Amino acid sequence: MLSRVADSIYWMARYVERAENLARFVEVAMNFSLDQPDSGVEQWEPLIRATGDDDEFLEACSDFSEANVRQFLTFDGDYHSSILTSVTNARENARTVREAISSEAWEQLNALYHFVRTAAGAGSAMSVDATFYDAVVQYCYHFTGILDATMTRGTGWNFANIGRHLERADKTSRILDVKYFTLLRHVSDVDTPIDDLLWSTVLRSACGFEMYRKRFHSVTVERIADFLILEDEFPRAIRYCIRQVQNSLLTIAAPVEPEVNSAILQTNEMLDDLNGLSPRAIIQRGMHEAIDSLQSRMNQVALAIHDTYFAHRTFPGPQMQSLMQSQTQLQSAGR
Amino acid sequence: MNCRVSARTDLAGFRCARYIACRRVMADFPDARSSHIKHIPMSDLTFTGYDPEGFRDELFFDDGTPRPGSRLLIDTINSLPPGELRIRQDAIEAALVRMGITFTVYGDKSGTEKIFPFDIIPRVVEAFEWQHIEAGLKQRIRALNSFVHDVYHDQEIVKAGVLPAAILQNAKSYRPQCHGLNPPHSTWCHITGTDLIRHSDGGIYVLEDNLRCPSGVSYVLQNRQIMKRSFPHVFSESRVRPVMDYPSRLYETLLHLCPNDVPEPKIVVLTPGIYNSAYYEHSFLAQQMGVELVQGADLVVQDEFVYMRTTQGFQRVDVIYRRIDDDFMDPLAFRKDSMLGVPGLMDVYRKGHVALANAPGTGVADDKVIYAFVPKMIKYYLNEPFILPNVQTYICDDADDRAYVLEHLDELVVKAANEAGGYGMLIGPHSTKDEQAKFAELIRTDPRNYIAQPTLSLSRVPTVVGDHFEGRHVDLRPYILYGKDIWVLPGGLTRVALRKGSLVVNSSQGGGSKDTWVIAQTGHSLPTAEEAL
Repeated sequence: MLSRVADSIYWMARYVERAENLARFVEVAMNFSLDQPDSGVEQWEPLIRATGDDDEFLEACSDFSEANVRQFLTFDGDYHSSILTSVTNARENARTVREAISSEAWEQLNALYHFVRTAAGAGSAMSVDATFYDAVVQYCYHFTGILDATMTRGTGWNFANIGRHLERADKTSRILDVKYFTLLRHVSDVDTPIDDLLWSTVLRSACGFEMYRKRFHSVTVERIADFLILEDEFPRAIRYCIRQVQNSLLTIAAPVEPEVNSAILQTNEMLDDLNGLSPRAIIQRGMHEAIDSLQSRMNQVALAIHDTYFAHRTFPGPQMQSLMQSQTQLQSAGR
Repeated sequence: MNCRVSARTDLAGFRCARYIACRRVMADFPDARSSHIKHIPMSDLTFTGYDPEGFRDELFFDDGTPRPGSRLLIDTINSLPPGELRIRQDAIEAALVRMGITFTVYGDKSGTEKIFPFDIIPRVVEAFEWQHIEAGLKQRIRALNSFVHDVYHDQEIVKAGVLPAAILQNAKSYRPQCHGLNPPHSTWCHITGTDLIRHSDGGIYVLEDNLRCPSGVSYVLQNRQIMKRSFPHVFSESRVRPVMDYPSRLYETLLHLCPNDVPEPKIVVLTPGIYNSAYYEHSFLAQQMGVELVQGADLVVQDEFVYMRTTQGFQRVDVIYRRIDDDFMDPLAFRKDSMLGVPGLMDVYRKGHVALANAPGTGVADDKVIYAFVPKMIKYYLNEPFILPNVQTYICDDADDRAYVLEHLDELVVKAANEAGGYGMLIGPHSTKDEQAKFAELIRTDPRNYIAQPTLSLSRVPTVVGDHFEGRHVDLRPYILYGKDIWVLPGGLTRVALRKGSLVVNSSQGGGSKDTWVIAQTGHSLPTAEEAL
């Protein structure tokens, strides 16, 4: 498969996953504030903290009001990871590789794009309600399902699988990190009874509430950490995601042998890290520190994938890109 | 025409095709239907009282009775419940948006996307007429191919005094870099899209030859797919010839070019990228042929071969269907500032290690002055009388012609020799005195670059305009593949000028498209089910 095509498929999947997670984060926050108008727990600021893009937000907005946060995360076309931008980028990536994905998948992504664009054109984020975010999540599920149901398990699908799971692991880790920080200011509080309702938002944000209940019933911080980080079977747990990445990497024929393939080596190391962790150790060491180190591991995996499979082409700078664009449009204009 | 016999001969195949078509309608359009139904004004889109208004109409005789090949279609439309046709037209437009068959308006920052307008009433071409067109196109391509080969070799046609040397030397699309090239099988123009028009005298004329990167064939296939969903019944009964095998024919044509002795030749489609207005087509053709769609940066020249960068390293490429102009193809051979091409590609081509379709340099025959000589080329290279005539063309470089043109600017259509897409044109009868003066000046300054033709009365086809039908002018672009043999796609892109009275059919200038139905000859068996799909 062409490196450019693999790269685009990978990013297409990442952006769809990003949009899905963002939409769920917002929906859960909206839902919670309906349940607990006076809980005193700030719902909106943590969502921005979870993106890691606080600086960009504060440049655009003065405070963490619901209106500001939702607009920024949903429809802000200038923010590189809003739902609108993610969906647009996913579709642009898909457009360059339309022949490599199934028509059905393309049509679904195209429909998602038109849905979000139309909503964005109709007003601010405050004019859409929870059903909008629900619909975005549904569109994304549908897209992922179509990819799985229509694509050969070849190189293309595997790169999509890698993109999807790396993004998902990243989002699970971020929401856990931020919620942990906001909900549990002092480590000594770990063993005290916790607010079931508040902590369940963490699980709901990672779409894991029902599955968690089946597994553990009662909510404790340690079990949540276990479930979202170390679980082997829950599809949004970090360990599960990284194993998916590992499987796909092993399936893709690479330019080099596995023993010297840095993408595979990095993934193996990350899994070794995860295997060495226990929920207790994570909490004792500090959730934030543990997640920080997992995130830097994930970044290394992503970089290694890029270097191994996509990078043997030089990407033109922005200036060259605009020249390319004008030359492209000149080609056969109207012929 | 005996419809019953035809339906029986190939019943199984068509039942299958129709079943699939119907199922798709059910699956695809329920939302579009229910959401549009309430907005439909109850009008009757029927042909009752349709008037060709003195123009040559492709579906009706002058007295308003249907031509034989169109009768079934017209009866079917007349018998639809009120509002039904409008619903189908709207459903088609919704489907085009959903499938993403849209283009972004250049320079529009808000990302507005449009569909290429599609009109539901097809153009019908009778079997005997198609026979004539097909024979004419095959003859023309053979002559043009000989011409391109000749001008890049010994230029016998100039030596023989058939084509003036000055005209060739001054053709902007003549590429000296191509001199002495020997493409596989001496075929230069593998894919051609020739523009035909029908004049009020009933004759079919060639308006221009597009030997570079003619686009539009994906719309032919897409239009057909859509029409099969909308009128499955009329389709089989009318004996419409299939077009869906174009991608496999194209693949065979490209395969035939492969210069390297390899068991599985690597064929790719080279696109300038997503900002190109024909990008959808590039990606569609690659997908339908099951080959890679590459951009310039995906390819690299190493050790006298072309390779593509893949996740498994570099892989050799044997045949490139390039949808990128000569100028941008290789910065080492053509435009040095090209960001879209592959440095060194021409060298590999010259060595015969990769094949290009079309061969570089074919644009020389698209020059509108050289076009005027095609009938003479046919005589010169093939020693045959031409089958399809050219439109009468005045060459401004010729003193007498020029004088005539300058006298009659208000009647003629003036075209720049090297423009395409309806640009650089003056349509005399629709122009102002100022525009005529501007063109008079352009012609005097650079006579070689201009030709003029009489303003033709293009034939018309009924077209949905609001709540009724009106005749709109059309042209026709059939596609010709030159591989082992020459094959003409039975049909082609019917472009329609949607503005009332307009003669400009280009999509960039308010044109739309229609399906083109070529009727199978009576007595000939229809294609197999597989071909029909």
